[in-house]
Amino acid sequence: MNNLTWDLQLLNACAALLLLLAFAMLSQRRIVTLVYLLALQGALLCVATLLVAWRTGESHLYVSAGLTLALKVLFLPWLLNRLIRRLDVYWDTESMLNTGGTMLIGVGIVIFSFGLAQPISALASTATRSSIGIAVAVILLAFLTMITRRKAMSQVIGFLSMENGLFFGAMSATYGMPMIVELGVALDVLVAMLVLGVFFFQIREQFDSLDLHHLESLKEQK
Amino acid sequence: MTAVDLLTQGLEIAAAVLGAPLFVGWINQCRAWLQNKSAPSILQPYRMIRKLFLKDAVLAHDASPLFRMAPYVVFGTMALAAAVIPSMGMRLPFTVAADAIALVGLLATARVFMALAAMDIGTAFGTLGARREMMIGFLAEPALLMVILVASLISTTTSLAGISEFTTSQALGIYPSLAFTAVAFTMVLLAENARIPVDNPATHLELTMIHEAMLLEYSARHLALMEWAAALKLFNYACIGFALFAPWGLASGGAGPAALALAVPLLAAKLAAAGAGLALIETVSAKLRVFRAPEFLATAFLFAVLGMLVRLLLGT
Repeated sequence: MNNLTWDLQLLNACAALLLLLAFAMLSQRRIVTLVYLLALQGALLCVATLLVAWRTGESHLYVSAGLTLALKVLFLPWLLNRLIRRLDVYWDTESMLNTGGTMLIGVGIVIFSFGLAQPISALASTATRSSIGIAVAVILLAFLTMITRRKAMSQVIGFLSMENGLFFGAMSATYGMPMIVELGVALDVLVAMLVLGVFFFQIREQFDSLDLHHLESLKEQK
Repeated sequence: MTAVDLLTQGLEIAAAVLGAPLFVGWINQCRAWLQNKSAPSILQPYRMIRKLFLKDAVLAHDASPLFRMAPYVVFGTMALAAAVIPSMGMRLPFTVAADAIALVGLLATARVFMALAAMDIGTAFGTLGARREMMIGFLAEPALLMVILVASLISTTTSLAGISEFTTSQALGIYPSLAFTAVAFTMVLLAENARIPVDNPATHLELTMIHEAMLLEYSARHLALMEWAAALKLFNYACIGFALFAPWGLASGGAGPAALALAVPLLAAKLAAAGAGLALIETVSAKLRVFRAPEFLATAFLFAVLGMLVRLLLGT
């Protein structure tokens, strides 16, 4: 059954590891480790992009792999680590659900997204189409990470991980988006990160913590 | 059924029963080296068993026949399991008689008898150990079954020999699903054999012990059999791991003596590598609190489930 070429095998391994990392991020409560996992996810994405670029010979994918490496593996984790040190948030508080329950929901989500991706995979013509399901699962798992966390920091990391999943999905469905879109998205993520960094300080100044449930009540306290 | 097949089967059982203490001795030696201690002799487990066999057995007044019977049952099931697991050849009389699910049942029988014997005397420690063992067991078993099911899904057979045969016939490649299940299997192995993240095999009197707590009332030949069975269990688990994930070098059915001559040293090499790896894992990890053990095993189960999901989606 395993008569795929070695680059496809490596791509499948990357996809499987991305799924594993999504679960690791779901269960991890130390924010420093979460950043480390995010960087690892970026690195895997970079390897996967390089493999697809090598396979298809599309030169813009090399640029996008370089962009992933610079932005998602080096710059953003560095920025996040700096923010963690300056804001002094190393641990997330107890999440909304216990770890076991979250994992079970996660497994359910993976099954759901596999079902969801099956018709799309059937229509796609790329060799990497079987990874679409994994990409959808990574997106939804990152979404779940954002839902179950309280601290603003881990929600932002979940957001970045969701972007990674989207990127991977685009790559497996259509061998990547056009260059101009990719550049736009990369810039958006960068700016969003910088703005959110400022937001963190504002939130903390206002509420003395980064816990987002303070934002749920709209009335001003008198 | 040729004479070589019968010879292989006999050799398999003999190697397991006689070699298991040597495997434990090797692990202890590796662990001592890694921890900068002077290592005990690799033959130490044999000396221990011999010493225990020479002693007179002491039984508690309230011991029922079950308590005396348990060591023989546990040792017998482990020896039978050793015959079922294809550690040297694939199409042998015993290995085709029972599939992997029956094997899991066999291991569960041993566990039930051990727990019953531990509760038989009615001491606090025995009951405590039995309860903990059952807790670990009921969490580890689904994970183990899931691991076996993933391998069965790939090779479309639940027979361990069939799985090995299928895997050896395939070209070498990257199988993410098998990699995940291998991690899950290693975690189950550690939990089931009372190794370090879950239980400490080097301790005799500690409130957190699981395996040792069940054996506290045993002495002499009964204790020797129990210890021997524990070594055999570890050996069996290692061989299940080889059959599932690294079956190269097994003599296929009807093969000549040359294949057998190759299978024996390969098994020894695999065991040596596995023992060193196990010692390494035990040295770098700390023992978990008992209440964290379910989390450890839930992770193992998750790995196995992920392996299955990846297999279903990617087809690898």
